Amino acid sequence: MTAKFDLNDDTVVVVVGSGAGGGTLGAELAMKGVRTVILEAGGRHEIADFNNDEWGMFGQISWLDKRTTSGDWRVAKDFAGLPAWIVKAVGGSTVHWAGASLRIQEHEFKTKTNYGEVAGANLLDWPLDLAELEPWYDKAEDRMGVTRTNGIPGLPGNNNFKIMKAGADKLGYKECHTGRMAINSQPRDGRGSCQQIGFCFQGCKTGAKWSTLYVEIPKGEKTGNLEVRSGAQVLKVEHDANGKATGVMYVDQDGNTQVQKARVVCVAGNSIESPRLLLNSQSSMFPDGIANSSGMVGKNYMRHMTGSVYAIFDKPVHMYRGTTMAGIIQDEAVHDTSRGFVGGYEMETLSLGLPFMGAFLDPGGWGRSFSSAMEGYENMAGMWLVGEDMPQETNRISLHASEKDQHGLPVPNVHFDDHPNDIAMRNHAFQQGAAVYDAVGATRTFPTPPYPSTHNLGTNRMSDKAQDGVVNKWGQTHDVSNLFVSDGSVFTTGAAENPTLTIVALALRQADHIASELSKQNL
Amino acid sequence: MQQHATKKLSRRDVLRGGGGLVAMTVMPAGLILGANNAWAATAKAVKPETFASMVQACRDIYPHDFLDDSFYAKVVEGFDSAAAGDADATAVLENGVAAMNKAAQSAHGADYMDLGWEDDRTSVLRAMQDDPFFQKMRGALVTGIYANPDVWPLFGYEGESASKGGYINRGFDDIDWLDQV
Repeated sequence: MTAKFDLNDDTVVVVVGSGAGGGTLGAELAMKGVRTVILEAGGRHEIADFNNDEWGMFGQISWLDKRTTSGDWRVAKDFAGLPAWIVKAVGGSTVHWAGASLRIQEHEFKTKTNYGEVAGANLLDWPLDLAELEPWYDKAEDRMGVTRTNGIPGLPGNNNFKIMKAGADKLGYKECHTGRMAINSQPRDGRGSCQQIGFCFQGCKTGAKWSTLYVEIPKGEKTGNLEVRSGAQVLKVEHDANGKATGVMYVDQDGNTQVQKARVVCVAGNSIESPRLLLNSQSSMFPDGIANSSGMVGKNYMRHMTGSVYAIFDKPVHMYRGTTMAGIIQDEAVHDTSRGFVGGYEMETLSLGLPFMGAFLDPGGWGRSFSSAMEGYENMAGMWLVGEDMPQETNRISLHASEKDQHGLPVPNVHFDDHPNDIAMRNHAFQQGAAVYDAVGATRTFPTPPYPSTHNLGTNRMSDKAQDGVVNKWGQTHDVSNLFVSDGSVFTTGAAENPTLTIVALALRQADHIASELSKQNL
Repeated sequence: MQQHATKKLSRRDVLRGGGGLVAMTVMPAGLILGANNAWAATAKAVKPETFASMVQACRDIYPHDFLDDSFYAKVVEGFDSAAAGDADATAVLENGVAAMNKAAQSAHGADYMDLGWEDDRTSVLRAMQDDPFFQKMRGALVTGIYANPDVWPLFGYEGESASKGGYINRGFDDIDWLDQV
């Protein structure tokens, strides 16, 4: 049964956010017997509330609070008020995620060592390696039911995948399959198998796709150790005279300001809100924000090198039918500088419905060039390109000097400039993506620029030394021993892979660490 | 997908033809526009010829020959209804079309609607594509056209699928031409 904890109960662990990081962490702590409160800014929309309606769901679940943008990235021009496309709801972005679950590769944990000096890039090795994370990847894959792991078969290939596979074969790519997906290819864990509905981004109507909303959180609640408060926007992390976190101040669903006391605070609000919360938690002891003695909070913002290629053929494809992202080519996800850049990228099937295609195929585009492309929709195939971008200290989340949100707190500004390596990689990826489709007779291909960021990373980076980052290898802040960060903002570097699996693996590992430290009275 | 489209009499031909706009300024709009263009005559805020010019501009922004003007008129209707009873909002629309006409006159010696070639009209729009008036039209069209379920079958998009059981038994993998490439 769902727990109910007192605001003054200072023995609870408070987790801010309920997505891949916070939702997993909160549920896992509860299952380990740790009494936990999750504070989620968004509402609770269950599967019955989902609709196969792109703009309708966008309005219902997206994080649409005011944000500003700056920098030379194209998103700042095309979507000035929407730097990120993430979810504000219980379950966070695991409600709309595509399900791609890839492990970071060994060399990607040590980019400073393996890539060497890259001018303008703030590369740093993670304070952990693949071997250390492997048992947690194993656990995360089992937990999430990732296909092609644990004996779970791959998903069947849809039309969009079949085009990709045929093109990959012609080009000589070897690593092309229907992906490692946290989407049931057969019934598992009390959930049915994928019905090839499409609309993975609008919330899975059958629950075949893993989400903390209906997989982890209910399991946590069932223990009686987890309370999830939705509509709870956290404003500030509070601390005592010794510099230990004492709880958080938040606005509840009725608009009342509350303080929830805590023994441990874990911040998992995504790479924009998490640093914003730390920066907004200023005090005389922490004038630059809590846990920010390094000055790194908000810096090194990464969002993956992204882009898409869509192609038109002379016969129907119906790419939107079936699992959105169950298709991948991994041959380019290697570190091979002969291509003119460091790091690599994945090529993954992607489709948008006609409403989103109108908005994202070529943002701002119009006229017959654009409309004739739209008229090829029925015969269109599509892929997303996602690769490692370079951390740059100047790419950062900062507090806006004058714009305030509905609670009177400064809104976040998201500054991003493409690094030359990002641009070289994107150009290569556009070229290879088009080549895949040209190989199977595409009549036209389109290089589609990045969508608002779905992979927001790095703004509370993990580091061995306190001066280099915000948290240690456990996600524990270097400055405040009972304050943790539990989302993708801890990524030291971005790697090429979709980040959710790693966020979940780190959250499971962190839950184990916190529970152990609590039992030893170290926290 | 063109085979799905129902070929209808092109209303814009009627609108554009025979120097109609000149006449429009001196005769009751309903008479000039004719029964097929009743939507322009029912403009609540702007002048009928302003309404008609906006419909043409909307078509030129996202030209789909298989869509009749009513799909574009519906978007203009949204602007017109919102501006009804609001002098400032009406002026934004009237001024926007006036600017289009001024640019068209300057470059081609005729009002926007009287430019017979799409290229001439789009060159006028291209020069003003960063203006708020243009962006307002384009922005509304993105959803007004592509998120309108009535157009989806014409583009080969099937919309909602969950209530039909998804595509697991309805062709998610039915592509049959790949072995020929």
